[in-house]
Amino acid sequence: MIDRPQFWLVVLFLGISTYAIRFSFLGLLGRRPLPGWLQRCLRYTAVAVMPALVAPAVLWPVATGGHTDPARLMAALATLAVGMITKQMMATIAAGVAVLAVLQYLLV
Amino acid sequence: MSLPRQAFLRGCRDALPFLVVIVPFAMLFGLAASEAGLHLYEIMAFTVTVFAGASQLVALQLLQDQAPLLVILATSLAVNLRMLMYSVTLAPHFGAAPVGVRAAMAYFLIDQSFALSVAEFDKRPMQTLPEKIGYFFGVVTPIAPLWMISTIAGAVAGRAIPPEYALDFAVPITFLAMTAPMIRSLPHAVAAGLSVALTLGLAFLPYGTGLLVAAAVGMAAGAMLEYRREKAGRV
Repeated sequence: MIDRPQFWLVVLFLGISTYAIRFSFLGLLGRRPLPGWLQRCLRYTAVAVMPALVAPAVLWPVATGGHTDPARLMAALATLAVGMITKQMMATIAAGVAVLAVLQYLLV
Repeated sequence: MSLPRQAFLRGCRDALPFLVVIVPFAMLFGLAASEAGLHLYEIMAFTVTVFAGASQLVALQLLQDQAPLLVILATSLAVNLRMLMYSVTLAPHFGAAPVGVRAAMAYFLIDQSFALSVAEFDKRPMQTLPEKIGYFFGVVTPIAPLWMISTIAGAVAGRAIPPEYALDFAVPITFLAMTAPMIRSLPHAVAAGLSVALTLGLAFLPYGTGLLVAAAVGMAAGAMLEYRREKAGRV
């Protein structure tokens, strides 16, 4: 159950700070460049954050009580592989969902 | 037809293929939020205020885990840090626009408006400021309303989907599908792999705080490797 005061604080602060990030250089700082090392790091935010974010759910899904589920693990690996090869997001999602559905059907 | 208007329509048209991604992703958020017990007005307040899908899904997950406010904000903002890069990159193109226009653009600065605009300005470097502005808003014109509508659709449909469909796994698959195509060099693979390994190793830390450490280490490792390879002349 989501705590409502907490929820509204998240909406407020996440909204304000996300907007601040977007507005920063476009709105205020203009042509001033970021230091090179920071630009370099920022190129890797998405690949460093997003797969790591879901890694625990891939290995220890809550839905199976935290036990590694072969169907979910294989689906995640298939998604990764198809995504890296095809570079097509929708095809990748379709492949991941298909592998999960087939394996769940076969393994149950 | 005026040139800015042509640019606007070109933006609209270029955005259309992305709707295939936007619609299901927005529905997924609406669905996950409604399964988490949020009301439709709460879901819409969330999506209109933040307007950054991946970070909304992250925040939603951590809210359900009862994580502390600061952890929720730090983790979801880490997902949005890439937009700092977008803001930096677009600033030289739009610096001369009125501040009101730039303020509106900032709200609509999303992956698609950034990526398409950069590609367009690269392809047609002689465009005037009004044309560039027209193109940028052209891109978000089909995307933003459909994002909102699809969120509502997902929230409403969510209550009708039986739990035995492994919906818990829709978010992991979507996130992996979004990032896998970005892993296009060894530094990217190292950043992702190291971050994943460290996050799993630090899983004993509460509320995913290990992720923050792991992601920072992964980013730094990717950047350092890139720097070394550049110095060695292998870009």
